[in-house]
Amino acid sequence: MLQIILARLKQGHRTIAFPAQSPSLPDRFRGLPVVDSSKCPDDCRACAEACPTNAITIDGKGLRLDLGRCLFCSDCTEACPEGAIRYTQDYRLATRKREDLSLEGATLKLAEALDAKSRRLFGRSLKLRQVSAGGCNGCEADLNVLGTVVFDMGRFGIQFVASPRHADGIVVTGPVTENMRTALLDTYAAVPPPKLVIAVGACAISGGPYVDNAEVHNGCGSLVPVDLYIPGCPPHPLTILDGLLRLLGRLEK
Amino acid sequence: MNGNGFLAVHTGQPIPREKIPQLSFGEFRTCIVDEVSGGERVAALFGDDSASREKLDVYAVLADSTRALLRVAKSTLDKDRFPSITPDCPQAHLFERELAEQYGVRPEGHPWLKPVRFHASYHRGRDAWGRKPDAAPVIGVTDFYQVEGEEIHEVAVGPVHAGVIEPGHFRFQCHGEQVLHLEISLGYQHRGAERTVIGIPNKRTIHTVETLAGDTSVGHATAYSQVVEGLTGCRVPIRAEVLRGVALELERLANHTGDLGALAGDVGFLPTASYCGRLRGDFLNLTALLCGSRFGRGEVRPGGVRFDLDSGRLQQCMERLDAAFRDVSNAVDLLWNSSSVQARFEGTGAISQETCRELGIIGPAARACGLECDVRQDFPAGIFRFAQVPVSSWTTGDVFARAYVRWLEIQRSVAFIKDQLRAFPDGPIGTAVGALKPDQLIISLVEGWRGEICHVALTGHSGEFSRYKIVDPSFHNWMGLAMALRDQQISDFPLCNKSFNLSYCGHDL
Repeated sequence: MLQIILARLKQGHRTIAFPAQSPSLPDRFRGLPVVDSSKCPDDCRACAEACPTNAITIDGKGLRLDLGRCLFCSDCTEACPEGAIRYTQDYRLATRKREDLSLEGATLKLAEALDAKSRRLFGRSLKLRQVSAGGCNGCEADLNVLGTVVFDMGRFGIQFVASPRHADGIVVTGPVTENMRTALLDTYAAVPPPKLVIAVGACAISGGPYVDNAEVHNGCGSLVPVDLYIPGCPPHPLTILDGLLRLLGRLEK
Repeated sequence: MNGNGFLAVHTGQPIPREKIPQLSFGEFRTCIVDEVSGGERVAALFGDDSASREKLDVYAVLADSTRALLRVAKSTLDKDRFPSITPDCPQAHLFERELAEQYGVRPEGHPWLKPVRFHASYHRGRDAWGRKPDAAPVIGVTDFYQVEGEEIHEVAVGPVHAGVIEPGHFRFQCHGEQVLHLEISLGYQHRGAERTVIGIPNKRTIHTVETLAGDTSVGHATAYSQVVEGLTGCRVPIRAEVLRGVALELERLANHTGDLGALAGDVGFLPTASYCGRLRGDFLNLTALLCGSRFGRGEVRPGGVRFDLDSGRLQQCMERLDAAFRDVSNAVDLLWNSSSVQARFEGTGAISQETCRELGIIGPAARACGLECDVRQDFPAGIFRFAQVPVSSWTTGDVFARAYVRWLEIQRSVAFIKDQLRAFPDGPIGTAVGALKPDQLIISLVEGWRGEICHVALTGHSGEFSRYKIVDPSFHNWMGLAMALRDQQISDFPLCNKSFNLSYCGHDL
């Protein structure tokens, strides 16, 4: 018993001060990319050709990067001789609409809060059922982490629950395999309305590295109505937490 | 060629396909049965129909740990059925089911011939179960083993589980609390991963490999890179080999620490559960210090690694590793010194060494039964050719042993990383990779945190992958979990499950 108490003292207080203080991230962390088409030489398609998920399109208006497809892998930044794409440390990436993930410059239209009625319902207590539908355990692992003492999602009233009947919404990961389609739809149907759908990770948004494989549905968007998109491969736990708090209207900026 | 008809090969070294012994199926089967009963293990058994859709080549890779040799041979099926190897060699059971599902061939006499991933056969119209070509298999619909009796009841769990984990279906046959039998039916995560690696490696290939099992990105990326490096004949600089080894051990540290915390949580011992939950993240953040990604995404690439460790980063890495290890020791010590934890760990979910051998169980689960198998020792590649990591084992084969082996390995991994970083070699971190040599076979093994990762590649005439076989350690070990539950209380399932902590997507591919 004494040893347990001593250990408790030694292990200390570990919960980060987020969102009151901005967190520190490793310098090589790849957050929000910044796109600067003015640096692109004429007819250069190096980044688009290097992108493993074809997230980059180049047309008359310049360069566009679809964060819903982006694996944050740096294949494009390595391929670009001019530095037209670079990653920043900004972990805030979540949006409410699929098209808002299409990035043309340096700004991203971050997720807006739910309407007042939904905020009254979910704002102080949000219970979520997680459905992994072909996820590689990357997104799942970084969702799990939100329950640790470091992030302590419970202090915001957000919690993962065991049954969809107890949930206010579902969090989908994975490209949605054909073999998980029915289970995903059944789980969604079992959540009492009004309900939310949160797509976490490139796979759940667009299919990720598995996009267009015959065995997957390129994410959950064609099967369930998505309320919040959280890009990444996998998204950093802070990216997820930031997205959830934004949705609930609990973050100012 | 070896006396037994199989050809001896080394990990990471390609051999021309024409040199692979071609045996009759009778010889092929006899050799596998004999060698496995003599102590070898089936590392891979798979089909290849890239030469002809009418004739299926079946390849077997046997691992001889004691002599650090792999053996390979093939046989060609000209009919859609063959005598099953499983009745005389239980290790082959899941491989044969996979062969049946993928190519519509039937291993006759297989005692447990059920789908593995519930997808249609690769050959339309050819189906091992005689299903109609247009009838897509329905996931989870199979003839589950049933125990009958008045007081028997059945418990079905999944695919969607209570926690934040991947999907799978578990079917328990129970007598009261006692589990008579557990059947595990997977396939929900099947993304078609293996077949997307076919062809000339493209810009997406490495990203598929890194997400085969996303918690083992470094392990699988290393196995794949060794395949490409062997087939292109390029030499990885020593500095890159060290960084790969460090990344691989950080992956092991993060996952083992997380598992020990989760095991504590499953017996309601919350101090260690919450400390290890945090400390797992500290190891992940060390990986992010190296390459920006907590899961090591982007670090390992054919030819070397992408991110270097400068001296400032190295210093930071050492300090943070020491601090994390100090706290892990403190947190994990509580487990071994708490009688309430020990009472739940000891004797729960035990499997015998004999069961391990028969089923070809590998990794920490096998070492927990006293089997001294570890790729880093038995088939070393990369930095492990120069720096040996002692094999950690225990004898009791129960939840305690699987937990304790993880703790032993945590200590060994920390020592390894520190040794490597103290004598960090200079030089480049990568080398150019050319085209793949045509018409070769290569086998690459890596000791991932769950055990042996095996990639086998066959190249065709134009240097493309004509077949790429991936065996995640979970493929071998799910049956071990089923056996561990025999005669246990059903309430111990979460604990037993976590003590294996297997990958669903690594199995389903």
